[in-house]
Amino acid sequence: MSFKKVLTGNHAVSYGAMLSKVEVISAYPITPQTQVVELLSELVADGYLNAIFVTVESEHSAMSACIGASAAGARAFTATSAQGLALMHEMLHWAAGARLPIVMANINRAMAPPWSIWTEQNDSLSQRDTGWMQIYVESNQEVLDNIILSYKIAEQVYLPVMVVLDAFVLSHTSEPVEIYDQEKVDEFLPPYNPQYKIEPGNPIGYGALAAPDTYFEFRYKIQRAMENALDLFEKEGKLFGEIFGREYGLVEEYMMDDADYILVTTSTITSTAKVAIKKLRERGEKVGILKLRVVRPFPFEKLRHVLSGRKKVGVIDRNISFGHHGIFYQEIKSALYPMENRPPVFGYITGLGGRDVKVEDIIDIYEDLKKRETVEDIIWKGVKL
Amino acid sequence: MIMKNWKVSQDELLLNGHVACQGCGGALAMRLALKALGKNTVITIPACCWTIISGDVLYHALKVPVFHTAFETAAITASGLKAGLRMKGKEDTTVMAWAGDGGTFDIGIQALSGAAERNEDIIYAVYDNEAYMNTGIQRSSATPWGAWTTTTPVRHPEDKPKKNIMEIMAAHGIPYAATATPAYPEDLIRKFKKAKEIKGMRFIHILAPCPPGWKIPSDISIKVARLAVQTGVFPLYEIENGKKYTINYLPPEKPPVVEYLKVQGRFKHLKEEDVELIQKMVDENLNNLLRKHELTHGTLENIPKPEFYK
Repeated sequence: MSFKKVLTGNHAVSYGAMLSKVEVISAYPITPQTQVVELLSELVADGYLNAIFVTVESEHSAMSACIGASAAGARAFTATSAQGLALMHEMLHWAAGARLPIVMANINRAMAPPWSIWTEQNDSLSQRDTGWMQIYVESNQEVLDNIILSYKIAEQVYLPVMVVLDAFVLSHTSEPVEIYDQEKVDEFLPPYNPQYKIEPGNPIGYGALAAPDTYFEFRYKIQRAMENALDLFEKEGKLFGEIFGREYGLVEEYMMDDADYILVTTSTITSTAKVAIKKLRERGEKVGILKLRVVRPFPFEKLRHVLSGRKKVGVIDRNISFGHHGIFYQEIKSALYPMENRPPVFGYITGLGGRDVKVEDIIDIYEDLKKRETVEDIIWKGVKL
Repeated sequence: MIMKNWKVSQDELLLNGHVACQGCGGALAMRLALKALGKNTVITIPACCWTIISGDVLYHALKVPVFHTAFETAAITASGLKAGLRMKGKEDTTVMAWAGDGGTFDIGIQALSGAAERNEDIIYAVYDNEAYMNTGIQRSSATPWGAWTTTTPVRHPEDKPKKNIMEIMAAHGIPYAATATPAYPEDLIRKFKKAKEIKGMRFIHILAPCPPGWKIPSDISIKVARLAVQTGVFPLYEIENGKKYTINYLPPEKPPVVEYLKVQGRFKHLKEEDVELIQKMVDENLNNLLRKHELTHGTLENIPKPEFYK
């Protein structure tokens, strides 16, 4: 029987991994990720999870251990944050290039210096082009659900997935979370049985030198796998809904039906924005929210479809590409470019380094969006000048 | 003939399509190591000459699977492979990391130390050709004092002694550490066979002559490796549990180190006083080792002197 338990986001990650029956876990401690692996090590030690826990000496090694384990055909898991994710960078490319369906949780944390342990998306977005799929989640239930969902998709397209959640706002905040019946999870997520794996007696070389006459096709195939994953996210997200009662898509639409103005959000800013939008709706404002969930692969078609015909779009970024603009702002603009009557898109940057984004801030952003005449690429919200 | 007395596997797990240079000590060592380990072995190879030697992505010159990995990750990728294989019920498969000296002494030492400290159940073999040979002979911390490399030109040759990787591994208290060279194949095979039977972290340090990097003709690799052992530059020994030291061979008459140095182009710039200094360093290292052997066994008399060492 499924049951509800009050869990932090970090512990929701751990239970998600447990329900996914991960076989090898390797991790290195970093605030605000530590509780993920603390609980997992207890679950392994107490026999709730039949897995090997490798306590490595760095995040670089944590990812490398997962790569070795996954190459041998085991389901591998890790979790990290910020500096740890940056240290993994080389091996993130390796995991994707070797087509290993590893799943990890990354707790969004701002990059140093100056030191910060609070939420911001620049750590995960710096890893955007490594070949990892990325899902940004909003609640602790969505955390748990998407760990399971990630393995289901990763193991079909042979690419790794990063489930991304906000530091503290989710990682250390408790919410009731439904923990599903293991049999039902097993029904949704069968054991990992890869087409190719390292096994004695089968002398294959994996990842050797590829000259210019062979390398190109490896990259083409990764892109095709990413494209195939777009459909899988919708298909498996729907199936997940049928089995567990919570359906997931590429994006989530909130009060968008008749909305002229759309705020695009990710992660927990979405929850704050939902409260703001309810208040604005009470005032008769025609505004809705588009929550980006899956950002790699990027849901171009979906965005064009749902943003078509809107008066204005405001993208709220808790990240920045220095010398450019907010990263989701860039990506949404590029997605809409081929449309004939594309709505004007405005870029808002807020909440860097974990600065609180309040309901009033979202209302301010909406009011600014509504009255602004000409498109601005960067509108700073909440910076002290 | 010598061959008729060999009691080693006739199976060749290294195929003749590999692309090593002629006289490559690293290729010879792999061939012998796999004779000892057999087919129930999987290997991970970080960036090193062997990244190329085993063949490009369309070919594979080994009869065992290889997972190529990043430069600094041989020890941990092997640990991950072992964990994965264990979870898949293949506990008895030998997992070997096979790395060069750069990937071991330098960039890979963090992951190596981590794996050693956790006593991971893997064999870590370093084929040490004493520089970054694959990138064109740049010095590493395994490059010996006085050697020429492309980053230690003769105007300023290597001025640091070779890092003592065996002592570093011994300090981790791992079950087994040994030195070997393809010039003594029976010894090398015996050590890999012994390593295969031990559980936990096993480390084998192989001196692997590199004809282009050492500036030697490709037909004297074995001779040079043998001289390294006989002169005491590279003694053959084992360390068990970080404590028990056993020297495997002591030449009755130790030739001077100049015999080893003079056949290699990388040392040809050395002056007489440089050679004297190297001789002093070699003698000191060997004496340290002899003391440790004596401390372990209470005698130096038991150091074996089998025929094949001569």
